Amino acid sequence: MATMNMVRAINSALDVMLGRDPDVLIFGEDVGYFGGVFRVTDGLAERHGVARCFDAPISEGGIVATAIGMGAYGLRPVVEIQFADYILPAYDQLVSEAARLRYRSGGEFWAPITVRSPYGGGIFGGQTHSSSPEAIFAHVSGLKTVIPSNPYDAKGLLIAAIEDDDPVIFLEPKRIYNGPFDGRFDRPVSNWAQHPASEVPEGYYTVPLGKAAIARHGAAVTVLAYGTMVHVALSAVEESGIDAEVIDLRSIVPLDLDSILQSVRKTRRCVIVHEASRFAGFGAELSALVQERCFYHLEAPIERVAGWDTPYPHAFERDYFLGPDRVVVAMQRTLKG
Amino acid sequence: MSNWPPLRFHVPVPAVRPGDSPDFSHIVVPPAGSTRRPDVLAAEPDLRDMPYGLVRVLDDEGGAVGPWDPGLSPSELLRGLRAMMLTRAFDSRMFQSHRQGKSSFYMTSTGEEAVGAATSMVLGRDDMCFPTYRMVSYLMARDYPLLDLINQIFSNADDPLKGRQLPILYSARKYGFYSLSGNVGSRFGHAVGWAMASAYKGDHKIAISFIGEGTTAEGDFHEALTFASVYRAPVILCVTNNQWAISSFQGIAGGNETTFAARAIGYGLPGLRVDGNDFLAVHAATRWAADRARSNGGATLIEFFTYRVAGHSTSDDPTRYRPADEAAHWPLGDPVDRLKTHLIGLGDWSDAQHEELEAAVRQAVRAAAKSGEAVGTLGQSKPDTSEIFEDVYKEADWRIVEQRREMGC
Repeated sequence: MATMNMVRAINSALDVMLGRDPDVLIFGEDVGYFGGVFRVTDGLAERHGVARCFDAPISEGGIVATAIGMGAYGLRPVVEIQFADYILPAYDQLVSEAARLRYRSGGEFWAPITVRSPYGGGIFGGQTHSSSPEAIFAHVSGLKTVIPSNPYDAKGLLIAAIEDDDPVIFLEPKRIYNGPFDGRFDRPVSNWAQHPASEVPEGYYTVPLGKAAIARHGAAVTVLAYGTMVHVALSAVEESGIDAEVIDLRSIVPLDLDSILQSVRKTRRCVIVHEASRFAGFGAELSALVQERCFYHLEAPIERVAGWDTPYPHAFERDYFLGPDRVVVAMQRTLKG
Repeated sequence: MSNWPPLRFHVPVPAVRPGDSPDFSHIVVPPAGSTRRPDVLAAEPDLRDMPYGLVRVLDDEGGAVGPWDPGLSPSELLRGLRAMMLTRAFDSRMFQSHRQGKSSFYMTSTGEEAVGAATSMVLGRDDMCFPTYRMVSYLMARDYPLLDLINQIFSNADDPLKGRQLPILYSARKYGFYSLSGNVGSRFGHAVGWAMASAYKGDHKIAISFIGEGTTAEGDFHEALTFASVYRAPVILCVTNNQWAISSFQGIAGGNETTFAARAIGYGLPGLRVDGNDFLAVHAATRWAADRARSNGGATLIEFFTYRVAGHSTSDDPTRYRPADEAAHWPLGDPVDRLKTHLIGLGDWSDAQHEELEAAVRQAVRAAAKSGEAVGTLGQSKPDTSEIFEDVYKEADWRIVEQRREMGC
């Protein structure tokens, strides 16, 4: 067992799949010789050849369209969109084509593609390198959206995504590529080496899509989170001493509703945390689901802690990025409720 | 103070509008046989005149002339003729059926039948066509069951696409016909990816894809050409220039400035401009591009120069934006009439035989339509309601399962 950060774990997933399945190939902007701007595909072209991992034109729509055609042929392409902010030129391809191909063709064609993209804030990327677009994909029937929070899950979920016969958007929280980040800019950044989830098997394994993890067991309140926000939530729990149960959703589509409901029915309180803007964010869906199905168990209103409803402001990154303090306040409010 | 004159804003307009006399004097039609036929593996720099020519084989008397004559046998020519005539009979009947309330929508390909029929005959069964909605002749040339098309058009219980698609947005994998969508152009890149996959696997399959001239303004067109060029994909990318994108004439897509075939030059791809109403020219140009693709020569962009005789769809009235009799003045004639004249000139066909075939295809369509009507027309019959919830994902998640239960199916 090796210790890996998330970048290495994702690289390992790709390496394993290139080795196992000749129908897997990887392409995207700068992913070939250079190994990607975040080095996620480092060494793959060298090890597996340029036909297996290659550079693409700066054309997100073209990358996804080409991948869909390859998928329809029978390959399992994995493409990288360099930043999730740039995924919008490919939105029509993902929504109108990839998501509906199986449905509209009566099951004759489908697109088993995986679209990887680093997402989220916390790296001083400003409003063009910090977006969290998961809700716009969650809303689209036919797509799956996966967001890991640690190296072990990242590798296992990515392998599962590549093997999945539906199109999967795999959003990588780039702020935690190299180490968990709890939203505290005033503390030294830790790295994955000290974290148990950095123990990552070298070989093949999967983490199934649609199965949440309980990141921390607790009884006072349920905190629903994914990606970097799992670490923010855990930090909030630690700092506040509140006995919260933190659920790491891992994938928002498919969503592990059972784990959510089971936890909320036990704790009777729910706080939802995500980086993306609050209004019509994925938290709204989570809140509605919990309200619809746990109303008579709830002892307090459901709380949502989310990004502000503004574009991501560059100079204000540390004011904007959601930290544990806001989660603590939300948890305390539910406990008073 | 500047001495420059005030700038002028330019909006292209067609030569004529309703009430005017049709005028195609701006269209230069070179004599049949006058455009050269380069070697299929000629280097792209040696092909840059081709997008400005017009590949034509059939002359005004119906003779086949020049270097592009594909030398097809009478039986192949007849097969193409039948596919085109079947398409026309089918369109006529389905248009009428829509007016009778038997379907929600229809689009005819009148005047463009040669494009689908001839390309279909060049491509093999294992190849894949990424079509437009005006390509039913591609399926007709492959003997796709008429009843299946009609069942989809009527959205009835036997609809092969299970009631999920508009009529005419077909999918026929076994016939090498990729799933259609209403978003124009979005499958152009799929064709490139599919062809790249074939090359990646070391297979022998190639892809062909079609868009209308209006769709060349979409980003998908340029993205597809870039990828096709960069990775030398074995794909034939076709622009069916039928002069009209709903009510917008081809100048709105940039057609007044250069030819659509000439878009190829900026991508380092060969561009062919072809008389789309000439079955032999369409066949020959497609064969050229297919041979080039199969020889690892990469992609070709073909502009099929034709005319959309009918309205855009059953929801369109073309007399609102162009002279009502414009189609009759189209300088490249009618593809069915031209192939018929050619066959008669060869001594392999006669007016009597033609009439007989016309009656036969009409009868085949009538019989299929009756069978479709027996299954049901729009609103009288539909696939099982549970089909709403199938094929969203390979396996349904809890949302689909719950909602299906809620609907009670």
